[in-house]
Amino acid sequence: MATTVAHRPADPEAARLWDIAATVCDPEIPVLTIEDLGILRNVETGPDGVVVTITPTYSGCPAMDSIRDDVTTAMVTSGVADVRVKMVLHPAWTTDWMTDSGKEKLEEYGIAPPTGMAAAGPVRVGLSVKCPQCSSLNTHELTRFGSTSCKALYVCKDCKEPFDYFKVH
Amino acid sequence: MSDNASATRITRGNALRPEDIAVSGLKPSDEVGQYALRLGDDALILAQRLSWWISRAPELEEDVALGNIGLDQLGHARSFLTYAGHAWDKTEDDLAYFRREPEFRSAHLFEQPNGDFACTIARQLVASHFQHELYSRLVDSADETLGAIAAKAVKEVDYHKDHSVQWLLRLGQGTEESRRRMIDGVKLTWPYVEELFEDDDLTTALAEQGVAVLPSELRESFDAAIAAAFEQADLTVPTDPGASGGGRRGHHSEHLGFLLAEMQVLAREYPGASW
Repeated sequence: MATTVAHRPADPEAARLWDIAATVCDPEIPVLTIEDLGILRNVETGPDGVVVTITPTYSGCPAMDSIRDDVTTAMVTSGVADVRVKMVLHPAWTTDWMTDSGKEKLEEYGIAPPTGMAAAGPVRVGLSVKCPQCSSLNTHELTRFGSTSCKALYVCKDCKEPFDYFKVH
Repeated sequence: MSDNASATRITRGNALRPEDIAVSGLKPSDEVGQYALRLGDDALILAQRLSWWISRAPELEEDVALGNIGLDQLGHARSFLTYAGHAWDKTEDDLAYFRREPEFRSAHLFEQPNGDFACTIARQLVASHFQHELYSRLVDSADETLGAIAAKAVKEVDYHKDHSVQWLLRLGQGTEESRRRMIDGVKLTWPYVEELFEDDDLTTALAEQGVAVLPSELRESFDAAIAAAFEQADLTVPTDPGASGGGRRGHHSEHLGFLLAEMQVLAREYPGASW
């Protein structure tokens, strides 16, 4: 998969504003920007100012409120006076939107990135998750629900370390 | 909307605003609002029930799992209630905290007490399968906002379903004691299944417009999925008759009042409070 950010606008001014919004990091996983995560969907300028569109990862994700504030702050700090952050549920966010560089940053940070693509139906084959500490594939899911909605808790059977896995969604 | 309109915002002015959730930006009709209210109330009441388990589940990972599932449900509730509130110029908090028991439209299943862990799992089994069947069809709703909320929710409910089935298998095929408790939990839960699939004037009218999903149409696939899970767990699906429902008309069991008292006390005691 190529790392392309499909939604970065072609228009130079909109692209500049996109890059400002893209500096905002996820408060739970500060190594990832909202662009890395695929949360940032669109930036456009119109008669009512700048509209930044973001898509929540999970319906109950408490980080969305602070991401909204951070986007507004980043814009205002860069001199954009009139900015509105719009939250759009459709199409629903998927880990397929995460960039390759985002996945690399996750692994460096000690969180196993999502493996493979989100499937339309159930996948009953247990896909191996690579331990971000020792790269072993001999790992085990402790619980599908981790420290945040988007993560599952795994443990490595070789190095014995527990680790978070950013689950495919 | 005043600055103090939300009781759940983290800092001043931080609450999810209705326009953020309603992708269509349209004000729903009273009927669509009523329908969204039902779905939102189901999710809200279940979220409240599940959050009780945090710090009380049989193992730490389960605290996290049920807490996460509750959080997902709360997210769905916020979306549905925000959208429903558009119909009557009310906020999600107006609807969650400042309605009386007869004004809630949740089905009885969701307000059933947690019981022991197996009982909660039995309730989760029914709730997640029902919601999964419902949301996977609601994605095609003629109402764009309901479809968008459902599309988001169904991906999360998929995990909830898997979680409940895994526990059904573990408890059903576990020790004699775990099996006994799972059977008891299922027996206590099953009378509340019937109500989920009852059609009424509202769902019939909205289903004709392609907006709502007719509950009765979900029954067959729900039964098939449940039967498959029970068979794997070597358990029998109960055939006990359904209890009287009426949640969609505001007739609730004694349990909802206590739940609401706990859920609403702070917002009512300190209107406009934020934390």
